[in-house]
Amino acid sequence: MLRIEALTVAYGARRALHAVSLEVEAGQVVALIGPNGSGKTTLVRAVSGVLPVLEGRVRTNGDDLLSLPPAQRARHLAVVPQAVSLPPAFSVWETVLMGRTPYLNFLGQVSLKDEEIARLALQKVEALELADRRVGELSGGEQQRVLLARALAQATPILLLDEPTSNLDMHYQISFMETVRALAHQEHLAVLIALHDLNLAARYADRVALLQEGELIACGTPRQVLTAELISSAYHLPVQVVPHPFSDTPLVLPEDRSV
Amino acid sequence: MSHRFLPYLWTCVFLLLAIVLSVAIGSVPIPPLSQLRLLADWLMRKPLPDSLQIFASIISAIRLPRTALVLLTGAALGGSGAADQGLFRNPLADPYLIGVASGAGLGAVLAMSVNWPYTFWGLMVVPLAAFCAALATVFVVYSLARLGKTVPTTNLILAGVAFGSFASALTSYLMLRSTGDLHRAIAWMLGGASQAGWSPVLAVLPFLVIGLGVLVLSGHSLNLMQYGDDQAQQLGLHVTRARTVILVAASLATAAAVSFSGIIGFIGLIIPHVMRLWFGADYRRLLPLSILGGAGALLLADVLARTLLAPQELPVGIITALAGAPFFLWVLRRTKNQGYW
Repeated sequence: MLRIEALTVAYGARRALHAVSLEVEAGQVVALIGPNGSGKTTLVRAVSGVLPVLEGRVRTNGDDLLSLPPAQRARHLAVVPQAVSLPPAFSVWETVLMGRTPYLNFLGQVSLKDEEIARLALQKVEALELADRRVGELSGGEQQRVLLARALAQATPILLLDEPTSNLDMHYQISFMETVRALAHQEHLAVLIALHDLNLAARYADRVALLQEGELIACGTPRQVLTAELISSAYHLPVQVVPHPFSDTPLVLPEDRSV
Repeated sequence: MSHRFLPYLWTCVFLLLAIVLSVAIGSVPIPPLSQLRLLADWLMRKPLPDSLQIFASIISAIRLPRTALVLLTGAALGGSGAADQGLFRNPLADPYLIGVASGAGLGAVLAMSVNWPYTFWGLMVVPLAAFCAALATVFVVYSLARLGKTVPTTNLILAGVAFGSFASALTSYLMLRSTGDLHRAIAWMLGGASQAGWSPVLAVLPFLVIGLGVLVLSGHSLNLMQYGDDQAQQLGLHVTRARTVILVAASLATAAAVSFSGIIGFIGLIIPHVMRLWFGADYRRLLPLSILGGAGALLLADVLARTLLAPQELPVGIITALAGAPFFLWVLRRTKNQGYW
C-alpha cells in the first residue's frame, strides 16, 4: 500500500501542494482528478521522488520512500508517464527490459530471469507481438502499453500513472483502463492514476481523490466525490451528474451555458 | 549471436586498415608487406635485415608515435562525442558544446603568449595549460548551471555556449595582442599533431584510459537518460551522480585530446551519428564503436592532411571540417526523415 502523509511541495514561494494526505490500498485503483494546475502531476512527481519535498512523507509498509536511494525506491514504486517524445530508436523489448534497472548492476546486464519477467510484462499488456518493433514506429496507444509493461517489469507493489490516457483515442482509453484495473485487482497493486477524464475515473476507479489548487478537497468513492456541487466548484464550471445509462456509476456532464 | 559482434568486427577492420595506411604513407613510403615483415620479426625477436633497418627507425621514431597520438585523439573525440550526445539528448552535441574546447583553447593561447624555452617542459606548458583550463571550464560551467541540487540539461548547454563564446572572444583578443609564437598558436588551434615523439602519447594515455574506460562502462546509464531525467530516476538511476561521472570522464578525454592535438572539430559529431545510423542507438554498443571509429576516421584524415599538399602538412582540423561540414548537413537532412536518433 501507498501512504502519502501531509505532503507539501513548493516551486519557489508558490505552494504547489499543501499538506496532501492520501492512502492507496493494495488491489485498489485511486483516480487523482482536478483541473489543470491543481497539482496532479506535481503529486505524482513528488511521490516518485523526482521533486524536492518541503514537508511530509511517502510510506509503504514502514519504509520512507523519499529517503531511499533511487534504485531502492524503484523497487517499491514504478511510474507510467505519458507516452510523449520517447526515444524512438530503442526496440520495444529493450524498452521493457529497462524496467529491470533497479535489479541490474551498473552495466545493465540482464539475466534469463529478467528476460522472463519482461516477457510476462509484455504479455500482461497484450503487446508481446510488438517486442521486435522500434518504439518510434508504434501508435500512441501501443507506446502507452509498452510504458505500462516497462513499469510492470519493475515488479513493484505500487504503480503511479500520470494521465496515461490523455493522448489516446476512445478505444485505447477504454482498453488501457481495463488493463490497469484488472492488473490492480488481480496482482494486488496499489494504483494511483492521474486522470483528466472524469467519466473514466468514475467508471474505473475504486476511489477518487479531487485536488484543487494543491489541496485535497475530497476523497471517496466515485459517487461521493463526483457530485455536481464538488465538481462545479473545483472546475469553475456548472455541471450535472446523472446516472450512467449502462452502469451504476455517475456520469458528469457540463451544462450548456448558452441555453 | 553473430550480429552482435559484427559491428565490432567491421569497425576493427576499418581501424586496422587506417593504422596500416597511416604507417605506410609519408615521404618514405613503407609498404604494408614490409610492415608485416617488421612486425613478425619484432615479435619473434629476430635481428632485422639491413634493407628494413631504415624502415624500422622511421616507424619507431616518427610514424608510430604520430599514428598512436592521432589514434588516441580520434578515440577520445569519438567516445566523448557519443557520450555528450547521449548526456544532453541532443544530436548536435559534441565535445565542444559545453565550452570545454574553447576553454582549452584559451588556456593554450594564454600559455603561448609567453615565450617559453624550447625544452621538454617548455613544450609541455601549453598542453598542460590547455588541460587545466578545460577542467576549469567544466567546473565553472557546471557551477553556473547548477540549480539547487540538480543540474538541468538546458542550463548546462546554455552555460556552456555562453562561457564558450566568452572564452573564444578572450582567445581572439589575446591572439591579436600577442607577441609570442602566433604561428604555432594558429596551427594548434586548427588541430595538428605537431608534437613529435612518444612523450605526448605517454602523457595522454592515463587520462584517456580513465576517461574512455568510464564512458565504455556508462552505456546503460546513458540509455536510461534518453528518457529524460524524471523517467531515468524513476527507473532507478541516480541521475545527478551518473551525469557528473560521465561529464567529467568525457571532459577528461576531450581535454587530453585537445591539449596535444589542438582543436579538431566534427569527429566527435560525425562518428557517433554514423555508428548510430549503422549499428543502432544502444549506448552500450555505441560508445565502444564510436571510440574505435573515431580513431580510424581521424587517422584517415591525418593521412590526407599529410599527403594532399606534401611535403607541406595541412592541419588535420581543416580536413575534418571540410569533410565534416557537408556530412553534417546530410545528417541533418536525414534526421528529418528517420527516427534513428
